[in-house]
Amino acid sequence: MNTFHESVEAMIPALRRYARALVRDADIADDLVQDTLVRALRSERLFLGGDIRSWLYTILTNLNRNRRRSLARKPQFTQLLDTAADASGTEAESRDIARALATLAEEQRSVLLLVTLEGLSYREVADIQGVPIGTVMSRLARARAHVKASIEGQRPALRRVK
Amino acid sequence: MTNPNIPVTEDELHAYIDNELPAERRGDVEAWLATHPDDAEQVRAWRTMADALHARYDSVADETVPKRLEIEQLVRQPRKWMYGAIAATLMAFVAGGGAGWLAHGAAASPSSFQNFTLDALEAHRLYVVEVRHPVEVEASERAHMQQWLSKRVGYTIKAPELDGAGLKLVGGRLLPGPQAPAAFLMYESPTGERYTLYTSRATTQTTQMRYATRANDGALYWADRGVGYVLSGPESNKDRLQQVARSVYDQTEKNGG
Repeated sequence: MNTFHESVEAMIPALRRYARALVRDADIADDLVQDTLVRALRSERLFLGGDIRSWLYTILTNLNRNRRRSLARKPQFTQLLDTAADASGTEAESRDIARALATLAEEQRSVLLLVTLEGLSYREVADIQGVPIGTVMSRLARARAHVKASIEGQRPALRRVK
Repeated sequence: MTNPNIPVTEDELHAYIDNELPAERRGDVEAWLATHPDDAEQVRAWRTMADALHARYDSVADETVPKRLEIEQLVRQPRKWMYGAIAATLMAFVAGGGAGWLAHGAAASPSSFQNFTLDALEAHRLYVVEVRHPVEVEASERAHMQQWLSKRVGYTIKAPELDGAGLKLVGGRLLPGPQAPAAFLMYESPTGERYTLYTSRATTQTTQMRYATRANDGALYWADRGVGYVLSGPESNKDRLQQVARSVYDQTEKNGG
C-alpha cells in the first residue's frame, strides 16, 4: 500500500455516502464507488498530484452520468410508492429528504450534495462539473428551493403554526 | 463591516451558509438577517435541509466498507474481474446451447473481434492437423522464435509456459493478421490435443473474454492494452479451454502490449 492507495482508501466512506445520496439504491451506489476506485487505481500514473478528493468525486460524477445515459435507453422500473405510514418522525424526515432529492435534476442534486453533504467549495464543484461558478450557484439555489418546496408539500401537517 | 446599506442578495445568503462569503461581508449579512425575518427563515430552512442530509447519509460513511471496495482487493481486481468474465462467458454460452457468437459486454464492435477470432480459428483449423510442418520455428529454438516474432508483430512475444496445464510448446509461425502481422504459437498435450494462441495488434484496447466456436474448435478472444489474443482448442472441453486461457492471460499480462 503506497501513499496514493492510502489517500484513495481514506476517501471511500465519503464516496459511499455521496454515491448513496446520489443514486439512492445501495447496490448501484457501491457499484459506482467500485468503478470509481478501479478507474482511479488504474490511473495512478496519470494522476499528477493535485487534490485526490476532487478528482475522485469527478470520476464518480462522470461515471454516474454515463450510467444514466445508458439507462435512458432502457425501460426503467421505479418504485411508485414509499409506503411506511407509521414511520417515526426521524424516519419520516429522512424518507422525505431522500424522496425530495430523487426529484431533483441530476446536476442540481450533485451540486447540493457536494456542497452541503461533502463540504466542497463552489470552485471545486465548478471544476468537477466543468461549469462556471455562476452555474454552480444557480444550480444550488434551484436545488434548495426545489427540495424545500418538495418537503413542505409532502408534510403540510407538520408545518409550524405561529 | 463593509457597507451594511448594500442589500443582501439571495446568492449571498447561500454563500453565507456555505462559508463562501468574504469574511468582511459576514457581519453585514448577520445584521441583515436580524432585521429581515423572511430571509432569516430561509437560511434556517436551508440549514435544516443540510442537517437532514447529514442525518440521513452520514451513517453510510460510518458503515464498515464492504469487502469488494477494499483497496487490497481492487488492486488485484483486473485479474479477478477477468476470471469472472471467463466463467460468465462460458456459462452463458453453455446455457445458450452453443448459439454461435456470443458477445459478452460491448466494449468492442462485434465485427472487429469476430474477424480477429475467425482468422485465428482459421489458422488453428489449418495447422493443428499438420503432422510434419505444424510450425515454422520449433520450440527448440524458443529464444530465437520469440525474438523474431516480437520484432515482426511489434510487441513482446513470450511464449507462455503451459506445463501446468500439461501442454508443451510445439513452436510458432508468423501469419498475416487483420490489421498487422500475427504471431501464432502451438501447444500440444501428451495425448495429442493441440491448442493454439494467436496474437496481433487489435483495434480495441481492452475487452472482456468472448467465446466463439466453429466446427469442433472453441476459441476464447480477449484484448488487453491494444493487443488481441485468441486461444483456440478442442471445443469438447470448455473447462480446459478456460483453464489454459487463464494461464495464458496471467502470463501475457506481464509482458504487456
